[in-house]
Amino acid sequence: MTVYYTKEHEWLRVEGNVAVVGITAHAANELGEIVFSEARDPGTTVEQGDSVAVVESVKAASDIYAPVTGDVLAFNDALTDDAALINRDPEGEGWIVRMTIADASQLEGLMDHATYTALVG
Amino acid sequence: MTQPLLRTPLYDLHIKLGARMVPFAGYDMPVQYPAGVMAEHLHTRGKAGLFDVSHMGQVRIRPRSGNLVDAAHALEALVPADIVALRPGRQRYAVFTTADGGISDDLMVTNMSDWLLLVVNAACKEADFAHVHKALNETCTVERLDGRALIALQGPAAEAALAALNPAAAAMRFMDVAEMDLAGVPCIVSRSGYTGEDGYEIGMANEGAETVARALLAQPDVAPAGLGARDSLRLEAGLCLYGADIDLTTTPVEGALEWSIQKSRRPGGARAGGYPGAQVVADQLADGTTRRRVGLRAEGRAPVRGGAELFADEAGQVPAGHVTSGAFGPSVGGPVAMGYVAADHAAVGTRLFASVRGRLLPVAVVGLPFVAATFRR
Repeated sequence: MTVYYTKEHEWLRVEGNVAVVGITAHAANELGEIVFSEARDPGTTVEQGDSVAVVESVKAASDIYAPVTGDVLAFNDALTDDAALINRDPEGEGWIVRMTIADASQLEGLMDHATYTALVG
Repeated sequence: MTQPLLRTPLYDLHIKLGARMVPFAGYDMPVQYPAGVMAEHLHTRGKAGLFDVSHMGQVRIRPRSGNLVDAAHALEALVPADIVALRPGRQRYAVFTTADGGISDDLMVTNMSDWLLLVVNAACKEADFAHVHKALNETCTVERLDGRALIALQGPAAEAALAALNPAAAAMRFMDVAEMDLAGVPCIVSRSGYTGEDGYEIGMANEGAETVARALLAQPDVAPAGLGARDSLRLEAGLCLYGADIDLTTTPVEGALEWSIQKSRRPGGARAGGYPGAQVVADQLADGTTRRRVGLRAEGRAPVRGGAELFADEAGQVPAGHVTSGAFGPSVGGPVAMGYVAADHAAVGTRLFASVRGRLLPVAVVGLPFVAATFRR
C-alpha cells in the first residue's frame, strides 16, 4: 500500500488507479475539532491543486486540495453526521474523498512518509 | 512595514499554558489552548473560562469641575446611551456614533464615582481615544490606561471561583462594578462579559495581572479559554463583533441595538438627541430601517460564514442581504450566524438561502440570542 503526502498536509493512498484522499494527523490536530466536511460532487473533474473538499472547524473553513488530477468518485458518507471522525482517525476511517488518478506520473511529485514526517517535525 | 506585535502582561502565562498565539488587532493573542476551541467554549458554558482581554483599550475620564455629571453630559455628546443616569458602581453598553448614524465603535461605560471608565475595542482604541480627547478635553481630562490589564472570568462557576478570592464578588449583580483586592492585587471588578454567561471582567495594573490570573486558574472549574472560544460564545449569545456585525455603515437601529438607547435620549426624552447622527437614528426609531440585523440558523450542518450572500429565493435571483458572522455553535450543536437582511425578509421564521461555495443553502431567520443569557440580574 503506497501512501503519498502533500505540503498542504493531504495524504493520498493508491488503490489500483483510485486515490483515497484525506488530511494528515498533523493537519487534523492543527485544525482542532472538525464539525463539517463535504466534497465536490461525484463526477466532477478536479485539477491537481484545485479544491476537492472542505473541512470546517468551529472557527474556519479549510480547503482540501486534490493531490492529483482526476474525477471525484465518492465522499466518505460517514463524515456527514460525524465529521470529527477525521480527528479520531485522520489517516484511516476519516478519509475524505475517493477519486481517479488521471496521470500516475503526478504521484512522483508528492512526498513519501519519511519526507513528510521530516517536514512537519 | 509591519509593526512588531504587542504583548499583554499575560503573554508568558499563555506560552506556559501551551496557547497557540495569533496576531489580533496588533497584539500576539491566544486563539486557543491545547484543549481546543470546542472544549474551551463548552467549558465556559458548563463551568468557567478565563480570557485575557488586556488588548482592549481602557480610558479614564475625569471632569475638570470635579462634578461627575459634567463628564457624563460631555460623553453623551458622543454616545446615544444615558450616561447621566448611570449610577456610581454601575456599567452600561454604548456605541460611538458618526454624523450619518454609523457606529465607530462599541464600548462599556462605568461610573467610578468620581471618574468614568471606558473599555473599547483593541482595533479602535487609538481612534477612540483621539475622538474622546478632542470632544471632551475642554471639560475633562482624558487619560489612556495603557498600564492596565483586563481579564474575563465567564461561566456558571465564575461566582464561586471569584468569591473564593474575595467574598464580596458574590453579592454583585449584573453590570455592578466594585473595587476589591484579589490575591493581594487591587482590582476593578464588573459583573459582566461578552459570552452570554454570568461572569466578571477584572481590571488591574499590568504588574498584578499574572498573580490574579494564576489565582483564578488555581480554582476548581476554571480553565483558560482563547479568542476562538470567545468568538463562538459571543456569536451564540447574539452579541456584535465590531468590524463584522456593526461598523461605520450600520446604524444602532439597523444593528438591532435600540436597547442601548435609553428613553431619556430618544425623541421626547429629557436629553433627547445631542449625539452624532441623532436625527438619522430618531427617524429610524420612528420609521424603521430598510435592513435589520437578524439571527440565521442553517438547516443543514454546513457552517455559513461571514461574507456569504443571502437570497430570498432558491434560484438566487432576489438578493436579501449578507452574513456578517457565522460559525459552528458548539452549545447549539450546529451552524449559527447573524447578518443584515432587507426589512421585508427580516421576520423571524423567514426562509432564506445562503450562498456557500456556489450552492444555495436554506437558512431561517431566528431570534437572538441562540443560547439564552444567564446573567445574574
